Amino acid sequence: MSKIKAENVNVYYGSKQALFDVSIDIAEKEVTALIGPSGCGKSTFLRCLNRMNDVIEICRVEGSIKMDNLELNSRKLDVVRLRESVGMVFQKPNPFPKTIYENVAYGPTIHGIAQSKEEMDQIVETSLKKAALWNEVKDRLDEIGTGLSGGQQQRLCIARAISVSPEVILMDEPCSALDPIATAQIEELIDDLKKEVTIVIVTHSMSQAARVSQKTGFFHLGKLIEFGPTDKIFKNPDNQQTQDYITGRFG
Amino acid sequence: MNLILVTFIVLLAFTSYYFGRKKALVIQSSQRLTALPKFYGYYLAAWCAAPALIIFILWSVFEPSIVKTFILQDYTDQNLTKNELQLIYTKVKALALGNYTGNITNFLDASADKYIQLKGIANSAKVAIILAILIFSLSYAYRSVQKNDRMREPVEIFLKWVLFVASLGAVLVTIGIIFSLLFEAIRFFQAVKFFDFIFGTHWYPAKTFVRDGQPDPELMKDAFGAVPLFAGTFFIAFIAMCVAIPIGLLSGIYLSEYAGRGVRKYAKPIIEILAGIPTVVYGFFAALTVGPFVKEIGNAMGLEVSAESALAAGAVMGVMIIPFISSLSDDVITAVPQNLRDGSYAMGATKSETVKKVIFPAALPGIVGSILLAVSRAVGETMIVVMASGLAANLTMNPLESTSTITAQIVVILIGDQQFGDPKTQSAFALGISLFIVTLFLNVIALSVVKRYREKYE
Amino acid sequence: MNNFKQNLLKKRYNAERRFQWYGKIAIGLALSFLAVFMFQIFSKGYSAFQKTWIVTEVHYDKELLLIDAESPSKDDLENADYYDVAYKAMTSLDPRLTEEEDRQLIQMVSYKYETEVKDLLLKNPDYLGKIVPIKLTASDDVDQVHKGNYPRDIPEKNRRVNDYQLQIYDMLNERGDILSEFNISFFTSPDSREAELAGIASSFMGTVFSILVCLAFSFPVAVLAAIYLEEFAPKNKFTDFIEVNINNLAAVPSIVFGLLGLGVLLAVFNLPRSTPLVGGITLSLMTLPTIIIAARASLKAVPPSIREAALAMGASNMQTTMHHTVPLSMPGTLSGTIIGLAQALGETAPLILIGMVAFVNTIPGTPVDPAASLPVQIYIWSESAERGFVEKVSACIMVLLAFLILMNLAAQIVRHKFEKKWS
Repeated sequence: MSKIKAENVNVYYGSKQALFDVSIDIAEKEVTALIGPSGCGKSTFLRCLNRMNDVIEICRVEGSIKMDNLELNSRKLDVVRLRESVGMVFQKPNPFPKTIYENVAYGPTIHGIAQSKEEMDQIVETSLKKAALWNEVKDRLDEIGTGLSGGQQQRLCIARAISVSPEVILMDEPCSALDPIATAQIEELIDDLKKEVTIVIVTHSMSQAARVSQKTGFFHLGKLIEFGPTDKIFKNPDNQQTQDYITGRFG
Repeated sequence: MNLILVTFIVLLAFTSYYFGRKKALVIQSSQRLTALPKFYGYYLAAWCAAPALIIFILWSVFEPSIVKTFILQDYTDQNLTKNELQLIYTKVKALALGNYTGNITNFLDASADKYIQLKGIANSAKVAIILAILIFSLSYAYRSVQKNDRMREPVEIFLKWVLFVASLGAVLVTIGIIFSLLFEAIRFFQAVKFFDFIFGTHWYPAKTFVRDGQPDPELMKDAFGAVPLFAGTFFIAFIAMCVAIPIGLLSGIYLSEYAGRGVRKYAKPIIEILAGIPTVVYGFFAALTVGPFVKEIGNAMGLEVSAESALAAGAVMGVMIIPFISSLSDDVITAVPQNLRDGSYAMGATKSETVKKVIFPAALPGIVGSILLAVSRAVGETMIVVMASGLAANLTMNPLESTSTITAQIVVILIGDQQFGDPKTQSAFALGISLFIVTLFLNVIALSVVKRYREKYE
Repeated sequence: MNNFKQNLLKKRYNAERRFQWYGKIAIGLALSFLAVFMFQIFSKGYSAFQKTWIVTEVHYDKELLLIDAESPSKDDLENADYYDVAYKAMTSLDPRLTEEEDRQLIQMVSYKYETEVKDLLLKNPDYLGKIVPIKLTASDDVDQVHKGNYPRDIPEKNRRVNDYQLQIYDMLNERGDILSEFNISFFTSPDSREAELAGIASSFMGTVFSILVCLAFSFPVAVLAAIYLEEFAPKNKFTDFIEVNINNLAAVPSIVFGLLGLGVLLAVFNLPRSTPLVGGITLSLMTLPTIIIAARASLKAVPPSIREAALAMGASNMQTTMHHTVPLSMPGTLSGTIIGLAQALGETAPLILIGMVAFVNTIPGTPVDPAASLPVQIYIWSESAERGFVEKVSACIMVLLAFLILMNLAAQIVRHKFEKKWS
């Protein structure tokens, strides 16, 4: 079942065009990986899905992106509500310089999800458990989040993202700053999460895409070259460029 | 005389530069040079000017005190105090220079003659020694040039020393500040007890003025209590901060987070103009416009308002400080990494929630640092207070009354002719050193806080 | 979406709008302070650039001048007695004059009117024996009445200009004998106790000399110090100490530098009091850290690749620095220096302490003549009670601000025109 449907998306940074006519169907409760060489526009596309491009003054998005029939690329859309249901995890772990508890409670607080202290405690605990961080931090919830290790910080950011029970989570190269062990933990986590949420992950690493995703899209020079089931993309791509990239001939 | 000597040395240095260069060209005809010809010139010029000028400066610094010792030797048997000796010496000097108007005693006359004589000897000795040094150092340098030693290295080492000495300038200024303040302050604390100064609640130094002779120690005890001044200083700074912090901080936040590039480009420098206006102009404005305005409003509300209220001075000072806080907090907020903002926006936070809950806490150390710097600025501000907030040191917490500050009292005491050796004059230095310590304390903390903050996000 | 969340969302957006308004109001307040401030200064000060004259006729009567010679020499004119001639020139304005009133008439012009009568004849010796029109400087009270700064409808005893003087003023004004011209003497005269004669020439020269002395002392030392610290200093405790020291020195209140000037320059080195020399040195100590910091910043901005290129060519460290780094950093250093000087230009407190607050009614010709400076002049005048000085202060502030604006513009131009942009 399709969760997000993008049609003919074009993105411009000032006069420079970054995405050309991207159309893609993202299925619900699956992991969709976007791969491609750096600067190919995969992150730009990802940021369209929760309107993070609004933050960049010179950025302009054209085309249609629908999530459950709600047009995302519309002036009338309330980005605050959109982002409540589409969470994001960034390349570099960016916990707020606050306590671990406050980091996770941030979303529920601003969106008024928890009605009481107990409810909030519950949300924080489940989020941290889902992010597989609970056992490591349950005794030090009032320590500053930036004091954790890189992998823990990233899992904290994931906990933060799932605390508001989003329908979609966007991940922008979430493991690029992490060591292999932390990466493995995050990948495991992604596998667990996909039972409940739709995940779109941008990654540099093809093996990661192969490991975690069900669908894969290959971007090159701002164009979506090929999109399909991960198995097919990696074993038997239709496009020569995809073939070359997969086999490491460029990128 | 000194001018001629210095000009001579400088001219000689220039000549030796050209001479050295020419010499190098001559050497070039027979052997390989060890450096560019101009280095031969620099080498000679440096050897010519540096030793002579150093000796000249040292001589000029020490000559007066040596002459003074010689003159005052004749008075050692009279059991005079230090101050009296100083007075005699001043008289002798004035007499020798021919602008003494008091009573001339024979003894004084003899001393003046001796003074002139000593000065003459000193002068000719100075010229002789400097000429000798010039000849010696020049001939030494010339021999090295002739030997065609390596010329560049010594010149560069010399230059490096010049640079090093220049960088000591700043340290020298600090030492100068500390010593000049400390010296007079210590003498002040010989006359007035330290605790009377620090904890006394009456500041009325004019009371101690006595023509000739020592003032009554009982009076001294109660005239130099600096508490009203410390309180007034921080009170006015507090009022200033009440104006400057909200306006400055909110403008800083607005400029860095909300304003479009157009607004930012024009609003920021225009606000910064407020920081470039001389404080005396603010003082005039406070005294002539704001003071009467505050008084009028107060009177209309049935309040007793002094024309020189702490409120008027503090408010105007606050306006002056707005750009400090807005610019510094703008910088500090801009330094907060974008990914924290992104993290918050991605959670669905609005801009103001992001500012209040993520950016502000993250920037807090930097903001506190800049506020501390602004407080130090407010504490050290002088002219606004001198012109707009009265000169009587009242111990009050009523912003509608007039109060005085440390800086204003320093000006009041030292404006016009000062008499060194008078506790009233010295008290200004005691106030100065308190001011210096307070602001230094604030600055050191603020700078280290800001520095640590910067390092965190770099 | 339930009701509770709907309400919360509304509240959140309201809070957002409120917060934006706080920011706008804060900026608006800051800008309006500046606007009010500028308006006050200009509205009060612009009239000082107009000078009011009273036109009358003077008869250079040889007898009254006590000149005997047939064809008098310059010396004769110089030594003649102008008292009666000048007196008559004024009193002739009102033929029906009583004795009470002649003093009041004389008070309508500046006390220097006799000199003005004399100067006119010295300039035009052929006026001798003739009746010629003459412009006399109006007293500051008449001046203020003419400029409309002085209320006329308050009771006579509360006014500095009495009914009789107003009557004469009105008569002259009707005849067109009150002239308003551009006030050149404001720029060419030294300070005076009389508002109508006071000018800024002495304080202006004092400022110029102080700034030149300040530049001469602070610029070389600061630049050399910056070069050492940025290019040669080893990283050790001592250079760290120098660095901390400079940063703290930049934040020391200016009045402390005044105490330093007083305690060291005047008391120890016995330099002449009240002079731009001492003022300039004091200011230079204050400006030193500012320039060092600016110069270091612009040295730091020169990319290391330039240094490496020069070093790779076999240039020594010193040559690299002097030939490449320093020239490239000069625009930044210079603009920092100008900004530092502009700060020094506006300083008042330290100059007051070293005695540059003395009343100086001569124009200083060298840095060792007693002088005031523009900011100090503002302070001195604003302490005077006379109304005529209020507009003088405002005008002086305008001159000072113009000076500052020019310097800041110069700094901008130097920075933008000559600075290389490193990408």
